[in-house]
Order: sequence, then C-alpha cells, then structure tokens
Amino acid sequence: MAVPAIEFRDVTFRRPGRPPVLDRFSLAVESGDVAALVGRSGAGKTTLLKLVNRLLVPDSGAVLVEGRDTREWEPIALRRRVGYVLQDVGLFPHMTIAANVGVVPRLAAWPPERIAARVDELLDLVGLPAAQFATRWPDELSGGQRQRVGVARALGVDPPVLLMDEPFGALDPLTRAELHAEFRRIQARVRKSVIIVSHDMGEAFALADRVGVVEDGRLIAYDRPAAIAASREGHVRRLLDAMPAVPR
Amino acid sequence: MTALFRFWSSHRGELAGLLGQHVLLVVTATAAAAALGVPLGIFAARRPRLAAPLMAAASIVQTIPSLAMFGFLLPVPLVGGVGARAALVVLVLYGVLPIVRTTIAGLRGIDASIREAGVAMGMRPRELLRQVELPLALPSIVAGVRVAAVVGVGSATIAAAIGAGGLGEYIYRGLSMVDTTVILAGAIPAAVLALAVDGALLWLERQLSARRRARSRRAAVSFAAAVAALALLSSGVAARRAGGKIVVGSKNFTEQNVLGELLAQVIERDTGLPVDRRLNLGGTIICDRALTTGDIDVYVEYTGTALTAIFQQPVNTDASAVFTAVRDLYARTGRTLLPPLGFNNTFAILVRGADARARGLKTIEDLAAEAPHWRAGFGYEFVGRPDGYPGMARAYGLQFPAPPRVMDLTLSYRALASGQVDVIAGDATAGLIKGLDLFQLDDNRHYFPPYDAAAVARAETLLRYPSVRTALDRLSGRISAADMRAMNYAADAEHRDIRDVAREFLKTLN
Repeated sequence: MAVPAIEFRDVTFRRPGRPPVLDRFSLAVESGDVAALVGRSGAGKTTLLKLVNRLLVPDSGAVLVEGRDTREWEPIALRRRVGYVLQDVGLFPHMTIAANVGVVPRLAAWPPERIAARVDELLDLVGLPAAQFATRWPDELSGGQRQRVGVARALGVDPPVLLMDEPFGALDPLTRAELHAEFRRIQARVRKSVIIVSHDMGEAFALADRVGVVEDGRLIAYDRPAAIAASREGHVRRLLDAMPAVPR
Repeated sequence: MTALFRFWSSHRGELAGLLGQHVLLVVTATAAAAALGVPLGIFAARRPRLAAPLMAAASIVQTIPSLAMFGFLLPVPLVGGVGARAALVVLVLYGVLPIVRTTIAGLRGIDASIREAGVAMGMRPRELLRQVELPLALPSIVAGVRVAAVVGVGSATIAAAIGAGGLGEYIYRGLSMVDTTVILAGAIPAAVLALAVDGALLWLERQLSARRRARSRRAAVSFAAAVAALALLSSGVAARRAGGKIVVGSKNFTEQNVLGELLAQVIERDTGLPVDRRLNLGGTIICDRALTTGDIDVYVEYTGTALTAIFQQPVNTDASAVFTAVRDLYARTGRTLLPPLGFNNTFAILVRGADARARGLKTIEDLAAEAPHWRAGFGYEFVGRPDGYPGMARAYGLQFPAPPRVMDLTLSYRALASGQVDVIAGDATAGLIKGLDLFQLDDNRHYFPPYDAAAVARAETLLRYPSVRTALDRLSGRISAADMRAMNYAADAEHRDIRDVAREFLKTLN
C-alpha cells in the first residue's frame, strides 16, 4: 500500500498543567481521501491540524506528512505543501481578494503573470468570477464569499494536502449546503488529501470519504460514513443522535 | 492686532527664515524619531519583558522638562552644546516615546487569527512583519508620529534658548523685551504650525486606516512628497540664514542682544566676513560653554560675572584687578578677553520712583529700614550667585519677611512697576529704569563687584581672522553707561528693532 498522505503515530500533546489534549492519537489519511474528524468543542481538533503544518510539534509520537516526520521538514517548505483554511478565515484585511489569494504564490516568488493567471483560475474554481471580485476587499464580501476566498487562498500553490478548520461553521444552513456541494465539486477536480475538523456530524457525512470521532484526545472510531452511521459505540451514537436530520 | 501684522510684514524675510528653521527642525527630528522608534517598538512588541523597562525609560525621558534637558546636554560632546544639533537630539528623545508606544500597541492589536494565517501560509517572520504586521499597525504608528510631531513643534520653540533658531526666537526676544507683540509674532505661527501638522497627519492616519491599500499608498506617497518638498524648501530658507563663518552669541536679555548685534554689525562692516547670529542663548553658563566648544566665536561678558560665575573665584571689588584676573583665566582656556567696552553693568537695586521720593530712599542702606515690610523679587542668577542676594543681605543687614520671589529677570521690572513686589535687582543699564520710572539705590558700601562689559572671543578665531580683532577693538571704551541705557530704552520701551538701534549707534562712532 502507498504511503499515507498524513499519519499520526501515537501522538501525545499537552499544555502545561492540564490533562493531555491528545493522548496516544493515531490516524492515517490515504492520499486523495477526505477525512472528517468530529468531536465536541475542546476535543483537540484544532491542535490536530496545527500538528500537521508544524505550528505545533508533538510531545511524544510523530506526525508524518508524505511519509516524513514534521520535525524533519523545513517548516516553510512543509507549509507550502499544506494548505490551511482557518476557522475564522483570517483573510488579510489590508489586501484585495486577488492579493489574498495570491499571497502564497507571491511568497514562493512566482513571476507576476503566473500569479495573476493562478489567481483568476482559483477564483473561478471557487465560483467568484475574477472580473467581479479580484479588486474587492474582504470587508465587502459576505461570510460565504469570504470562506470561498479562504479555500482559494489555501490552494494557492496547489498543495497536495489541505487542512480545514470548521470551514463552514459560521454560515447559515442554505449557504452551507451550497458550499458543501461546491467543495465536493472542487475536490472532484483537485483530488487533495484533506483533513476537515468539525463539531457537526452532518457536515462530516456530507463531505468526507472517512469520518473519525475524537473523544478525550483519542480517535475512538474511523470508518466510511455508512459504517459510522451504523455504529453502536456510545460516544459515536451520542454525536449521531445530536444531528438535526438524517444524512443522505 | 494691527501691530502684530505690521511686525510680520516688516519682518517678512526673517519670519520665513525662522519658520523654515522650525519646520526643518521638526521634520528632521520626527523622521529620526520614527527611524529609531519604529524598530524599537517592533523589537519590544516581541519581547514583553523588554517592553516594560523600555517604556519606563522612555517615559522618564519624557518627563524631563525640555529646558532642563538642554542643560544636561550642554557639556556632552558630539550631541551636546548649543545650536540645531543639540536641539535635534532633544526633540528626537522626546519623539521616540510616543512612536515606540503606538508601534507596540499597533502590533499587539492585530487579530491573532490573521497573524496565524500568515504563519500557516508559510511566511517567514520578516515576511509576516513586512506584509501583514506593519501594514496593519501603520495607522497606529502614524498616530504616534503625529503626537511626536506636534510635541516637536512645541519643544522646538524652547530650542531657541540654545540657539537652534526657529519661531521660539521671537518668543524669547519678546520675553526679554517684555513686548507681547513680538511674543505673539512667534507664538501664533507656532500654534498654527502645530495645528496644521496635527491636521495633516490625522488625515493621513484616516486614509491609512480605511484599509484601502492602493488608495492609502497613494496618500502616503503624496504625503511623503509634500513633506520632502516642505523640508527642502525650509532648508533652502534656513540655509540662507546659517552657513556664516563668525558666530556671535549673546545671553537672553535686551542689552546682550543689542551688544551681540553691535558686534555682529561691526564685524560685518569692517571685515566683510559673513556673521551668524546666535543671540538670546540661555544664561551665562550656556554662553560660556558655547564659547568653549566653539559653537560661538564671540560674545560680551561682564568681568564680575566671569570671575564668580564662570571661574568660581571669590568676589573682588577692585575693577582693574578683576579685569586682569579674568583676562588671565580666559587666556589659560584658549579665550581672549578684549578691552572693556566702557560701561559697568553692575546690579542695580531698584525701587519704584514714587516710593523713593515719598520715603526719601537714596541708598541700599536706606532700604534696610523698609525691608521688614517689603517684598523682594529677584532673577534666578541673583538669588544663586555668591555676589548676589545672600551676600548683599549680609552686607546691608537686610531682612525681608519672606524669602524673595524668584522670577524671570525681565519680568521683574514689570512686577515692580505694577506693585507685585517692592524691590528688585535689575541691571544698571536697563532701559526700563527710565521707561517705568524706577529708581536705583546707591551701593554706598561698595558691595557689588565691577561688571565691566567686554567682548570675549575664541583665541583661535582671532588668530585666524586678525581683522575681527581690529573690528572689535573699535568698540573698546566707546560705549558709556548712558549710551547703553539709551539703546536699551530704544529697544525695550520704544520697541525699536535692535538692528536699527545698533546701526544708528555705530554711525555715531565715526
């Protein structure tokens, strides 16, 4: 079998003086898969993502990206291969939409024509026509539009891995459903290895090839959505029962 | 009001020059403070442990009154002394604090998720700083620059005390002439300048915080261009005043300014050398230091003052012995005391003419009887000097009910005339004695040492330009006490321009 795109091996991570956020956590995400990790708030989901792009390093165990320990990666090179969509998007308010989307290609010192072409391509990909949106400013966009820009920015230099932290958390249900569909359409074209973290089981079912359940710093279930839906495990059931509607 | 406009229009060139110096001083100082303060702020924002002591140090600097700061810097080599350089140092020290403070505040105020986004996108610390942190902190930094510039406009007026020029020159000149018009002639443009600077930078700050990079960049560029043009223009105007070879100084009262102007005109007329006037420098010690360091080449000193205040020698009442002693002491420190100008500006113990007539006061001895129910007001120097108030009180057995009020020398004449105090120590040659109907009590016990006025120059300058010595010698023994009092009266009471007063006097010498 091929090397997993992202792998957690017995990862423990703690903040000083508190119980561990992650406790011997293990997970392997296959290349081209979308993994959704679900858990309550404070279950360590954001920490998981930050361990992948080395914003954090584990206390014990190892996180491997493309088969290589994050501690062996040069951090900047690692982050160029790992796109990151932040929980609250974090668009740069002093840059236009085009400048925001072009930020990573610029850091990678692409020639300007190539950056411009890439920005247009990405804006088209996320459904924001460049002609209409390129010169606008983050504070002129709706929440859903900002999320799309966040995704486009994360895809800047076409990284093989994409991390998404509650990407559609703050949106109304209609916009959310629309973006879910959009995400599946984009993923069908770009085939990234993706980790999405969410507190919403419904979202996980809508987006993921595999769904994982995180509880007390451990992965207690990781399987295809249908298998998770049929699970008898107590924590999993509680998360399933909290869902407002039956998934498709 | 019309007097003010008349003053401005008759001093157009000078006003433009002083305004130019002022703007140049503030622009240069603020730019330097920003160049220093922004990196310091960036440094401190990332090291919270360093930020606190740094802010404390900067705050302490801020609390030092600017006049005291100029005093501290006088003896310091390279950055100190008198002139624009020392003034710049002080203004920069004042400007750094607000800029450091707002830089730290601006950087710390950035949303953590925005910074995190930058790091996660693979920005190196320097890229994060340049592309994200500084642009977002810029409005806050500009706010600090605004504070620094406005404070700078104010502090720069005080810089005139150490000969840095600028609009403060009118304020000091006005104070020493007790002429409100001249004070306002400097104070009003300074206030308008402060408001203009404040408004312009506030506009820039608003443009920048509008989060419109393209537009704000245009605004910043046009602003920078305007400032550069202004600085260039001011340096052009200012340069026309500076760049002289012989620098004439004076202390900060009318007689000194008139004498300084006389020296300057006689040098200009007889040698053709360009003269730079650094009139209205602070007190004796400032002039002495300036002469020692070479910031000025010549000024007029009084023998008794030199003996006690500069050389710390005991008081002596023999005029020729004092002159010889002082000339030798100067010679040992590379300075030349030229022959006396001809008048003795001793301390004059003054009372209101009406009081003198009503009570038959003639001498300081007579004052002893009135002292127990009178109030005295003296200048800073007179109170502190060994040949001043303490010795006089002992020599004449004077006992005032309260310690003398310490006030500005030139203001004390008005204070006496308006009845706020009953006795002051002025200058024997003060024009206001005549102008305000004051009466000088006779020093019948010969307490006061001689204060013969004489030019003192750097020996080096006199060697290099022998013609300067010849020119200065032309004034020796030619200025009587009556001449001096008349010139002071013309300047103080009649508000005549000291340049005209000096020019007319020089004509009478030929």
